[in-house]
Parts: sequence; C-alpha cells; structure tokens
Amino acid sequence: MEPLDRELDEAELDLPSEPMLLNMGPSHPAMHGTVRIVLELSGETINKADVQIGYLHRGFEKMCERGTWSQVFPYVDRLNYVSPMLNNVGFALAVEKMLGVTVPERCQYYRVILGEMARICDHMICSGAMAMELGAFTPFLYLCRAREIFWEIFEEETGARLTHSFGRVGGMARPPTADFKAMVRVGLARVLALINDAEKLILKNRIFLDRLDGVGQISQEDALALGWTGVVLRATGVAYDVRRANPYMVYDRFDFDVPVGTRGDNYDRFMCRQEEIRQSARIIEQALDQMPDEGPINIDDPRIVLPPKEEVYTTIEATIQHFKIVMEGIKVPAGECYSYTEAGNGELGFYLVSDGSGTPYRVRIRPPCFATTQGLSQLITGLMIPDVVPTFGSLNMIGGECDH
Amino acid sequence: MSKKVLELLTAQFPGAVLETHSQFGDDTAVLDPAVWRDAALFLRNDPRTLMNMFVDLTAVDYLWRGDVPRFEVVCHLRSLERNHRIRIKARVGDEEGNGAEIDSIVPVWKGANWFERECYDLLGIVFKGHPDLRRLLMYPEFEGHPLRKDYPANRIQPLIPFRDVPNTGKLPPFGPDEGMSFGRQSHDFARSGPGASIDGDEAVSNGRRAGALEERS
Repeated sequence: MEPLDRELDEAELDLPSEPMLLNMGPSHPAMHGTVRIVLELSGETINKADVQIGYLHRGFEKMCERGTWSQVFPYVDRLNYVSPMLNNVGFALAVEKMLGVTVPERCQYYRVILGEMARICDHMICSGAMAMELGAFTPFLYLCRAREIFWEIFEEETGARLTHSFGRVGGMARPPTADFKAMVRVGLARVLALINDAEKLILKNRIFLDRLDGVGQISQEDALALGWTGVVLRATGVAYDVRRANPYMVYDRFDFDVPVGTRGDNYDRFMCRQEEIRQSARIIEQALDQMPDEGPINIDDPRIVLPPKEEVYTTIEATIQHFKIVMEGIKVPAGECYSYTEAGNGELGFYLVSDGSGTPYRVRIRPPCFATTQGLSQLITGLMIPDVVPTFGSLNMIGGECDH
Repeated sequence: MSKKVLELLTAQFPGAVLETHSQFGDDTAVLDPAVWRDAALFLRNDPRTLMNMFVDLTAVDYLWRGDVPRFEVVCHLRSLERNHRIRIKARVGDEEGNGAEIDSIVPVWKGANWFERECYDLLGIVFKGHPDLRRLLMYPEFEGHPLRKDYPANRIQPLIPFRDVPNTGKLPPFGPDEGMSFGRQSHDFARSGPGASIDGDEAVSNGRRAGALEERS
C-alpha cells in the first residue's frame, strides 16, 4: 500500500481553479421568503452574488386594476404579511389623500395603536428569526410567544389573526371593542417582559455577537443612493423616520426617539430594531392615554363609507348607498398621488393613479424591502458564506412585499 | 418649499419642462425624455435641490386614455437635508408600445437598478445604458409585459420545456451560467463512467419513464 504520509506538492495537485457557482435558495431555510442567490465562490469567499427575486410574485398591481378601490385591502394585507395592519393603514391613507378626507381623531389613534403593535410584531419576528438562523432557537420561541399575545388582541379586534383586511377608506371596519385599552395595556407589559428575557438570552452570547459585529457594513451615502429607508438606513446613522420627518395621522403629538446606529452593520440593525420596539411601546402608551373613548370611528360621508347593516335592511336609501359602493366602488377624483408611511421595513409608498371611476387605474406600491434587497449583493460580496445568513436576516426581506 | 425646486428645474432646462403641477400637494414636473439623465444629475448635485435619496421609479401605461406617447415613466425623489420631494415624469413610446426608450439613471443613483429592471420586466420600457437589463420578477422565458394594459390578466403563459441534455436526461430550464455546474459534471460522470452495466439499465429505465410520460400527455 502507498504510505499515507507522503509529501504532497500542492502545485502538482489537480485542484480546480475556476470559481464555483453555488445556489443559495430559493428553498434554503435561511432564505425566509423565497429568494435565490447565485454565489460565485472562491473557496468560501464570495466573489460575486446575483440576488434573484420574484418567486413570490402574484401580480398584485395587475390584480388591483380589476376590482374596486376597497377590494385592494385584502391584497395589501398579503404584501408584508408580518405587519399587515401597517399596509392596510398605508393604503387607506393614500386613498384618503386623493379624496381629501381625514378620519376622526378616535380612528387615527386606533390606527396608530394597531399599527405600532404590528410594527412591534414585525421587529420581533425579524430579530427572532435572525437569532434562530444563527442557532439560538429559544429567543425565537420567546418572541413568538410575545407575538401571540398581540395576535390575540388583533383577533379580538378584527376577527383575524394575520390577514385582517381591517382598514377601510374613511375609517376602520369596526370600532374598538369595549376593553380594547385594557387588553393592550396588559398585553404590552407582558410583551416587553418577554422581549427583555429574549434579549438576555442572546446579547451576551459571544457567538451571536461575533457573527453580527462588523459584518455586512454599508456607508450612509450608499444606503441613501440605494433607496434604503427604515431601520436599515437608520442603522447607518441617518435619522430619517417618516413619522418624524413628515408626520402623518397624530404622530406629531407623541414623544418618541428615533434610534440610530453608527456603523451600519448587522449589530446596529439588530439593536436599532430592539430599541424601536421600546419606542413603539412608548407611542402606544401615550396613544392609549390620549385616545378618546367616545366618538365616531368612520367619517360621515355616504359616498365613501358603507351604511350600518341594520339600515341597509330597513331603509331604501341605505340599500341604494350600499349597492352603489359595493358594485361601483368609491369614486376617487382623477389624478395621481404618492402617499408614504413608515412601515415595518421603512418607507411604504403608494403611487395611485385614478381615472375618476370606482376602479384604480394604476396602483403602484413602493415596497421598502425591494430597495433593501437590491443592496444585498453589495453587502455580501467579499464576505464568507456563513455571513450571508445574518446579513440577509438583518435586512428583513419579506417575500410578499419585495416580489409584489 | 419644493415649489422652488420646480422653478429651479424650469430655469435650468428651459423648454424641456413640458408641464408642472402640484396636484394633492405632490410637486410634479413632466420632462422631455432627452434631458432625463441631465435633469436627474442636476437634481442630485445642485446644492439648492440635493435630491440624494432615490425613492421610487415606475411607469404607467396610458393606453386606455389614448395618450401618445403611451407610457409615462415616473420617478420620485427626496432630499434628506432639505426634506423636500419631487416627482419627475417623462413620456415615451408610441401606440404599439414600440420605441419606449429612456436613459437609465443608474449612473446617478445606483438604487435605480432594480426599479428599472422591474419596469422593463413588467412594462417593457428599455433603459438605455443600464448595466444589467434583465427580467427581475418574471422568469426569462415569460412572454409579454404583464402590467401593460393590453396584456389580459387571465392570459396563460406557455409551459417551458425541460432542456434535453444527451446522456443526462431532462434538466430544469436553468441557463448554462446558472445552477451548480459541479453537480452536473459529477452527474455526467456517473452516467458515462466505468459502471457501464448500470448505465445500460438506467438508459432503459429512463426510456420507460419518458415513454410513460408521453402516454400520459
């Protein structure tokens, strides 16, 4: 037999020298949402990365052109399916901007509270999933338990746990339940306690920190030019938050901070998300104190809001009104408008074009994580394969939103 | 405040700003497509505008309105320091949708890259000078541009055939530069390699499988 310890001259070995192509995804466990990255590798270092999206494309914009304005709400639910309430409110605000109406104050507070709860869920799941992909499974379960608390409140309020379809043009589908405020107060305290517990599990873990610290850095100029918004932009040090820069609804009445990072790496993104959860909690507490207990939730305009069901069954006027809104849709004045709100991932924009009929002529969504995901290849070029997982996780790419 | 931006733009490009309006409070300028990239550069670099944030780029098909040019390329920009926004638009393309070409603004904001690819994919607008103009959301074999108004929403796309590779069988329709090339090579080797008897058996079973498939279809 040949001796095992003979000396090898590496130059003689016939090692392949051309770069290796590796498919990461679309069904890789760490590619939540479905995205495929074609990596060109030299050893374990990434020379080039081609990010390919579109596996969850459902023709959202095309479908919107077929129904009435109100029928868009179930579709926007399924854009960012981690925080559907923020999408609902964002679209409702866009149509209301074109109609030139403002919802009653009580509804605005209601939207703010539900929206901030959805934002907390969004951030929790992003941080939890990222920790899980790095091997820390327990925090993810803690955070799922916390999300469950909020989802129970959502279920109580809207009737659905995930796809609420709760927003309406000119208000909300239903007024808050009688013990809404009490439920949120109790739930919020429990959620914050669970988040603290989950943080304690990972934030002193050397492995977790080493894989975040200094990995996936991006400069401010690059992030701005790439169209990044939201947490990923704030992690680079740009304090741009739509709620602060262009306050909509009643956000100018709350006292909250905009957390920013310094280096724009995975660690900053993770910590910014954690801090934003606490700021959202502050907003919810203030909104609960300020929200009026009595008052209308929908605007008083028979051309926009459906009449109460009892009247539809008993009076002819309400029957006609109901029929007109359901069959023809809300008549939105002709023109174009761009409305933007702060969603879980950043600036969620709706560019709407109306021809004056009850059907949208064009609904364009500007998904925040579409811009974020296009920066992924720049972030991971030059890194190693294991760095792809935390970097991708910290960008919080949501397939439904990114792929329309 | 951003009214000033519209005035600056009109002063900088006299004759090329076709119309301006501020419907619903959004300041909008319709530009001549010829100055598209120059206007973008001006908006980004001029210290009075400083539009350093790229927000959105899309297009709208105005076929049902009967507009010629048919498409409107719409771009939203924002300035971080000045906190103002502007929407610039340019009209391109004839009634058939041909000649829908406009300069790419990827050299100005690299974030426009995917937005322009998406716009090309869904509406068929060609961005001249784009570094990598491929389909983004749809697959390469997709026929047509789904967001055009003359594309019916219920149209069924043709099935993409599997690629028939000699000695290997049917392969998924990945391009030659995609996928795990090393995996295919070892696969090829296993078939044509030393185990000839196994190779023969497999060929038979492959043939049987192919036959069964044909019968079914």
